[in-house]
Amino acid sequence: MIPGWLKNLDRRWIFLLMFLAVSLPQLFGVSFPERPSRKVLDVFDAIDGLAEGSRVLMAFDFDPASEGELSPMASAFTRHCCEKKLKLYFMTLWERGPPMVQKALDIIASEHPSMTYGTDFVNLGFKPGLEGVIRNAFSNLHVDFKTDQAGNSLHDIALTRELKSLREMDLLICIGSGSPGPKEWVQYGAAPNAMRMVAGVTGVQAPQLLPYVPRQLVGLLAAIKSAAEYEQALIDRYPQLARVDQAKEGLRRMGPQLVAHVLMVLLIVSGNLVYFLGGQSGDAP
Amino acid sequence: MNRNTVVWVVVFGLGAAGLAWRAAGTGMGSQYVRAIEVHAASKTGQQFTWTRYDDAFPKDRGQPDVALSTPRTLGVWVAALMTLGAFSFLFGDNPLFKLTQAIVIGTSAGFAVCVGFWSTVVPMLMGRLHPEFVRSWAAPGMPPDQQTEWIALVPLALCLMLLWRLAPWGGWISRWPLAFFIGLTAGLRLVTFFKADFVDQVANTILPLAVMADGRFDPWATLKNLAVLAAVLATLAYFLFSVEHAGAMGRAARLGICVLMITFGASFSLTVMGRISMLAARLQFLFDDWLWLIDPLNRRTGL
Repeated sequence: MIPGWLKNLDRRWIFLLMFLAVSLPQLFGVSFPERPSRKVLDVFDAIDGLAEGSRVLMAFDFDPASEGELSPMASAFTRHCCEKKLKLYFMTLWERGPPMVQKALDIIASEHPSMTYGTDFVNLGFKPGLEGVIRNAFSNLHVDFKTDQAGNSLHDIALTRELKSLREMDLLICIGSGSPGPKEWVQYGAAPNAMRMVAGVTGVQAPQLLPYVPRQLVGLLAAIKSAAEYEQALIDRYPQLARVDQAKEGLRRMGPQLVAHVLMVLLIVSGNLVYFLGGQSGDAP
Repeated sequence: MNRNTVVWVVVFGLGAAGLAWRAAGTGMGSQYVRAIEVHAASKTGQQFTWTRYDDAFPKDRGQPDVALSTPRTLGVWVAALMTLGAFSFLFGDNPLFKLTQAIVIGTSAGFAVCVGFWSTVVPMLMGRLHPEFVRSWAAPGMPPDQQTEWIALVPLALCLMLLWRLAPWGGWISRWPLAFFIGLTAGLRLVTFFKADFVDQVANTILPLAVMADGRFDPWATLKNLAVLAAVLATLAYFLFSVEHAGAMGRAARLGICVLMITFGASFSLTVMGRISMLAARLQFLFDDWLWLIDPLNRRTGL
């Protein structure tokens, strides 16, 4: 009933199908409309509800390996904070994180040139010490942070001159893909100090962070789907962003994502059909 | 030549010819920069001028301050070829994949060593033991009132003890700093874990079993809370091995397994979503930055 070649299909045909499922929507510019879910709106509202000039920590704890998944939400958070005219403090606990922070700074430079370094945003850079840095920064920021990324003394920067610890932040935002990341920021920062925090994480990490919502984490963006919904929420609230192509990175990615997911479902269903209708005798190729 | 070799030779030959033809015709993969002169003054009033090179769009390449950047163009080509090298493992193990893997590991290790030296050893060890010296050549922004912190000799001693395992004798000395680090980390983590992952998580499951919203009964919220409670209790029942899983306990443990399976399924699907997202990002790099087949950011309009 089931041909033999189908029971022992070379897995490279699957790879080829997946390549086509992801590449064709990109080549033809296929995209789908998104509607922000309640979970995404919780994150959006946490930032949108802040008053102008509120202090926000932007912890970018990821590296190029997960940039494809997290960069759209990092950019969306940055754009949102800039639109709200918040005071931004960038930092990373990952040694390969500084280029990720730099991308956010490039967005500020190109889309919000009126924002000034030192008075509107500051880059505290990479600090080694893993979760120990988080712990210290909530008791005394100046223990580990003497200078910003460029080597300027924090006493010479308006945003950090009077700042004693991260407890003075109005919101913590962490975009992360591993350890240290959002989990450590909850454990060492948000939970013991009863601070408001939102996070953006990879799909792999999301199940570990979901139990923290909504008490320890106000909201959580999980994977590229949430990033796309967040971008849509941002465009709905700030229509001028609809003209910025860079602000729709996550929305563009949902085209290939959806087609690939349909392919995955079809493969799982057909694989099971082949297994059961073929007498359950097929060996894994 | 065996079948695999023939396939590889044909694929590489066709690919190289296609790339050469397209690169010559369109300039694909080229990166352009805009030269911007920067003026700055030090605290003492000394003037400095230097040139910064910002990314420029290929469509602006005719402008006088925009020029082709050979290093950045090479970077795109190397990144693209290494991406293909990594993807080639899907067809089977091959020398190109091994080369790509070796370069990635070597570069990452080298990068980590350099970053570790400049971000840890220089500011946190040398900077605390001899601030004047470090300020004079590595960190001019270090606060002028920074005093020598002799306590930094303790981590220095621990580091030297850790490296002692490389010595021909007295390898046991390296176990002391290792024990210190493990004990310290365990102690730190225990406290925070207990608060964030135990006490607060228990609090998260203490939910109202009949939810009233605006003076009216909310059946969906009530159902959600009941489901959370049932799932937690059933999962705990599965992990209670000191009681035989029979009767009511057995049924609860079975429900616990179902909850765990649903959790693993959700975790797997989110992982798949993440991996596809990474593949999409890599393919976008290949199609947009390298091959110039798509232009979602309108960087080459009119070319």
